Amino acid sequence: MRIALFVTCLADTVFPEAAKATVRLLERLGHEVVFPAEQTCCGQMHVNTGYQREALPLIRRHVRTFDPYDVIVAPSGSCVGSVRHQHPLVARRAGDDRLAGRVEDVAARTYELSELLVDVLGVTDVGAYYPHRVTYHPTCHSLRMLRVGDRPLRLLRAVRGLDLVELPDAEQCCGFGGTFAVKNADTSTAMLADKMRHVLSTRADVCTASDASCLMHLGGGLSRLRTGVRTVHLAEILAATERSAITGERTAVRP
Amino acid sequence: MTHTFLGMPSTAPPGVGHLRGTEPFPSAARRSLADPQLRRNLGHATATIRARSAGMIAEVPDWQQLREAGRAIKTDVMARLPELLEQLEARVTEAGAVVHWAADATEANRIVTDLVRATGSERVIKVKSMVTQEIGLNEALVAAGIAPVETDLAELIVQLGDDRPSHILVPAIHRNRAEIREIFLRAMPGVDPGLTDEPAALAAAARNYLRQTFLTTKVAVSGANFAVAQTGTLAVVESEGNGRMCLTLPETLITVMGIEKVVPTWQDLEVFLQLLPRASTGERMNPYTSMWTGVTPGDGPQAFHLVLLDNGRSAVLADPTGRQALHCIRCSACLNVCPVYERTGGHAYGSVYPGPIGAVLSPQLTGVADNASLPYASSLCGACYDACPVKINIPELLVQLRDQAPHPRAEAAAMAAAAYTMDHPRLYEAAQRAVRLSRLAGRRGCALPPPLDGWTASRDLPDPPAQTFRQWWAGR
Repeated sequence: MRIALFVTCLADTVFPEAAKATVRLLERLGHEVVFPAEQTCCGQMHVNTGYQREALPLIRRHVRTFDPYDVIVAPSGSCVGSVRHQHPLVARRAGDDRLAGRVEDVAARTYELSELLVDVLGVTDVGAYYPHRVTYHPTCHSLRMLRVGDRPLRLLRAVRGLDLVELPDAEQCCGFGGTFAVKNADTSTAMLADKMRHVLSTRADVCTASDASCLMHLGGGLSRLRTGVRTVHLAEILAATERSAITGERTAVRP
Repeated sequence: MTHTFLGMPSTAPPGVGHLRGTEPFPSAARRSLADPQLRRNLGHATATIRARSAGMIAEVPDWQQLREAGRAIKTDVMARLPELLEQLEARVTEAGAVVHWAADATEANRIVTDLVRATGSERVIKVKSMVTQEIGLNEALVAAGIAPVETDLAELIVQLGDDRPSHILVPAIHRNRAEIREIFLRAMPGVDPGLTDEPAALAAAARNYLRQTFLTTKVAVSGANFAVAQTGTLAVVESEGNGRMCLTLPETLITVMGIEKVVPTWQDLEVFLQLLPRASTGERMNPYTSMWTGVTPGDGPQAFHLVLLDNGRSAVLADPTGRQALHCIRCSACLNVCPVYERTGGHAYGSVYPGPIGAVLSPQLTGVADNASLPYASSLCGACYDACPVKINIPELLVQLRDQAPHPRAEAAAMAAAAYTMDHPRLYEAAQRAVRLSRLAGRRGCALPPPLDGWTASRDLPDPPAQTFRQWWAGR
């Protein structure tokens, strides 16, 4: 299958390993990945911070860029959630019903990675090998906007060598929330502190999730406290194999 | 209404009532977050209610259909609110009561104060009500020389403690029993000095005090959970029975009701009386449901006044997306599941309506400029939307209000620049190179300048990668 990668601005700029892992994984499963170079950002930060007018050209760009593709994947629940739920709303509020129709059409072909693997490609065992103790944080937007349910857990359970431990109070927000983490830094930190406490209680070596943004937040806190727990994107775990473990091919970067 | 209507309906006026805080949410929250007792009280209380409510909801096989029915009824109500309110006025008047229309808090306070004065009573007993807190009725009564006595246990704790409610359903959720004992010993008339902090002893002390008051007060003031347009029936749901006392014992009953509380038919109550107790207290049914229609000769209050309050609601109604906030049945489920509320408590929101619903409703009622920090008091995690028994899409409303809020000038400039950059791939790639260059500038643990220093206060920055994804892609 020919799959267009919607890389997301954060993964492109700061966490390329998550995006590279998505490419390696899909190619290993026998699919062709294409990267439409005109893409930049879906505009979620602007919409969530209260700048819908500024987001509109980014939404138009996103639609223009991805309209030619039948299947689009992003390694982010939040950005897919934005495309599915916010793009149509913003387009309608701007009075552009034609754009709203086009974004809905593109959104219907856009999948978060675990959705693509389980629902579209029909795989749960992707042939990965990852010999670590791992806990999974279901990010709010993948949980409640996309309803990915247990798809990421089913994928993780099929990874050889992986010891999956349940995260207590997993469904509570980590406190990131985009600009919320800056505008309400104290409240965000209080939420982060509880999330880190739960992560540490699992004695996992690695905390994974399907959003680089939440992992950046969690990872930033875990690093500040020198906990030794790494945050690794789900795509990087699924892309890891016996071969990559031996050759040292980079599959996990975030301490 | 005697006014000639011109232009858009107005928002709730400043200077009266409790819809506006005195400081922005982030700084108010900082104080709450530093109070370990408050954090413990709140964490314990919200976790308990959450678990109980989840258990009760799990028992109902058609919960999702009930939510949908609740949403549909409220949508219908908002679509024909004027017609339903006129129908309600007619039925209530036919049943021997008097209906008053109050455009705002000031007008409602004046109407109620005048009504109480006319009875000659210097004291009123009160059923717990959000709307009278919203308009600051107690302060207005006190200014007129009338003593309001809150009869709901938690509301009484707040009143005696000279405090503000911090939760819609459990106004004293921020207090534990040791603190409540101290408040009673300090402020409750005739309290036993040997009072312990056993819950039963505290309840008995309140009961003893309130019983005297119930039997000797001739006027009661209540809010309303629902009003049935078809029959002119008012309904109050509660747990303690104090409301039933207030609604039946006095000679005069004055009910203040937000105009959005009307439902079309008696049968519609069936939906809400299933949704409300399970979502709010985590009970199958609330212990007391009081319903009354006008005045019944020889039974209950012989004078009944209904005050219909707008106070910004028509302005909320005028916004087709925003009007869903008026669907709220004040169950407080969104507070109990909110990770922000759980940590900051209700006082941080400034308004009597705290938590996720307060973060949308308060700025909607006052105009967003007066509560500009509230729409940002959320990580947009969406737990409130899932919990809402009438399916109010609170995250959508938060995002919409953020768009309407006044923005700091520097932020607006940065956002415009970011949008321009992101719409020009060449510039975007240049900006990415700048991010990578910061590799050379500083290592992790370094602090960002304001306003971004909130991030580095508690979190390290990620190391920028040697290569962006698109560079890697171009080079493979």
